[in-house]
Amino acid sequence: MNPPMNTSSNVMPESSVESQAVATAHIPATRRLYWSIRRELWEHRSIYVAPLAAAAVFLFGFLIALPHHMRGVKTLDQAHKVLDTPYELAAGLIMGTAFIVGIFYSLDALYGERRDRSILFWKSLPVSDLTTVLSKLTIPLIILPLLSFAITVATQFVMLLLSSVALLGSGLSVGTLWAHMSFFHMSLMLLYHIVTVHGIWYAPLYGWLLLISAWAPRAPFIWAFLPPFVIWGLEKIAFNTSHFLAMLQHRLTGPEPSSTVAPHGSVMEIISALTLAQFLSTPGLWIGLAIAAAFLFVAVRLRRYRGPI
Amino acid sequence: MTVIEAHSLRKTFGTTVAVDGIDLRVEEGRILGLIGPNGAGKTTTLNAIVGLTSYQGELKVLGRDPWTERDQLMRNVCFITDVAVLPRWIKVSQALDYVAGVHPRFDRAKAESFLAKTTIRLASKVKELSKGMVAQLHLALVMAIDAKLLVLDEPTLGLDILYRKQFYDSLLNDYFDGKRTVVVTTHQVEEMQNLLTDLMFINRGRIVLNCSMEEIESRYLEVMVHPDHIAAAHALKPFHERQLLGRSILLFDRVDRDQLDAFGEVRTPSIADLFVAVMGNQNVAAQGAAR
Repeated sequence: MNPPMNTSSNVMPESSVESQAVATAHIPATRRLYWSIRRELWEHRSIYVAPLAAAAVFLFGFLIALPHHMRGVKTLDQAHKVLDTPYELAAGLIMGTAFIVGIFYSLDALYGERRDRSILFWKSLPVSDLTTVLSKLTIPLIILPLLSFAITVATQFVMLLLSSVALLGSGLSVGTLWAHMSFFHMSLMLLYHIVTVHGIWYAPLYGWLLLISAWAPRAPFIWAFLPPFVIWGLEKIAFNTSHFLAMLQHRLTGPEPSSTVAPHGSVMEIISALTLAQFLSTPGLWIGLAIAAAFLFVAVRLRRYRGPI
Repeated sequence: MTVIEAHSLRKTFGTTVAVDGIDLRVEEGRILGLIGPNGAGKTTTLNAIVGLTSYQGELKVLGRDPWTERDQLMRNVCFITDVAVLPRWIKVSQALDYVAGVHPRFDRAKAESFLAKTTIRLASKVKELSKGMVAQLHLALVMAIDAKLLVLDEPTLGLDILYRKQFYDSLLNDYFDGKRTVVVTTHQVEEMQNLLTDLMFINRGRIVLNCSMEEIESRYLEVMVHPDHIAAAHALKPFHERQLLGRSILLFDRVDRDQLDAFGEVRTPSIADLFVAVMGNQNVAAQGAAR
């Protein structure tokens, strides 16, 4: 009996050495983040479909209204006035759509995977809770703003082309219109607005929504929006003040524009008047980012504790 | 190499004790079956091992604390804790892309060759697949990962017998190579009896039996006793008795086979029969203690 026993025990150490010799392949954290973000885009196609649909609907409406608007235009100044409003409207509509998509996305991001139990699959892969939460934060903070910027610029460019064609018929100089519109400058201002306000300034908002999404046992929408109402109500009853509401309004409307701006300037001009230096010196910005970081830290922790519901 | 090591592992949910001080040691290359009634603490124990739940006591899996180091641990550990947890929206090709993108030990070609043996198409979405096909897909993903430990919690629950048989056949033929370690729980004990190297019965959060399959074969014997010998057989103190077609079947622990041969046909009990016997005695003992 003994000799065969010995040979088998001799084989064992060799095989375990072999298994340890298998080189541990490494995947950098950035690659895991990249694939996690792609996964979000696979799951939530509304991230790009909704802003594209908004742009398509707007362009269709613009095309129908264009001949009607152009009928009364005799001078370039009039043309500018007629055309200026739709450009801002297009930007507002597309960015607004992206903002709403961002809110609903954030509320579902860490709740949906618990509801459909797929969290059990995601957690069986070597992706940390931090990477997962960051990949989900990237969508409203970076992907949606940049995407809505690109779509807005493309839409405005098509509008410019369409109005140029319309102007050709009226005999006014198209070249002057293009110079007057200063398309490049407008796009740059839009990008600045999107990055600072929709990205950085709204960060605590997305942080809050992700936290609720990671925590809520059910109905994350109610859990996200009820507490602000309760706090506002309690403050009103107890102190008869509305500081909390004012704070929320301030957060949603964005950092205050500079007082030097002419009161009758267009929305675009008011926004662009707030320079980067002013923006960076706003205490609200840094307080907001600190709050966002705290919310995200809690969300990462909660994801470890949370299982399927 | 020790793959799993636990000392007085404990987990409570409020006032309910799910796991009540388990000591566990699983060596490399073992295939351990964790068997117990519903609510015995099997799933909680497995969840602790794969980092899905917090715990008290000591637990090391491949030398790591699963609760705080889950992501690093998952490079060498795989688990299927439930059937159909793959997200319904994902396409089969996307699932392959994603796992290949984040897992350093995933072999995509291997997964595709497993899938080629099934009727699953790469362009299908998970929601278009049947429950059995989803389990096949999940198993294909998991088997293509070169992991040291595989944890399966009721991986075939709710599947029909054909899929269950295929599931365990694939595991046996394409996965086990003597070095991998597997921990599995299931209610379909009979179907995986031949896979196991070790067996653990768990009841009310405690281990009630823990031994290798060889030990079971040498320790436990079952005899269908002829009525003439029933008194003599009882004298050898069987630890369980049941009736079948008017005959008594007696289960003995550590009794000499030669002695039993005289009473009737002697054989090794099935895991299911052993489980019923051990659990039955447990419940009697618990009632006795309550009195």
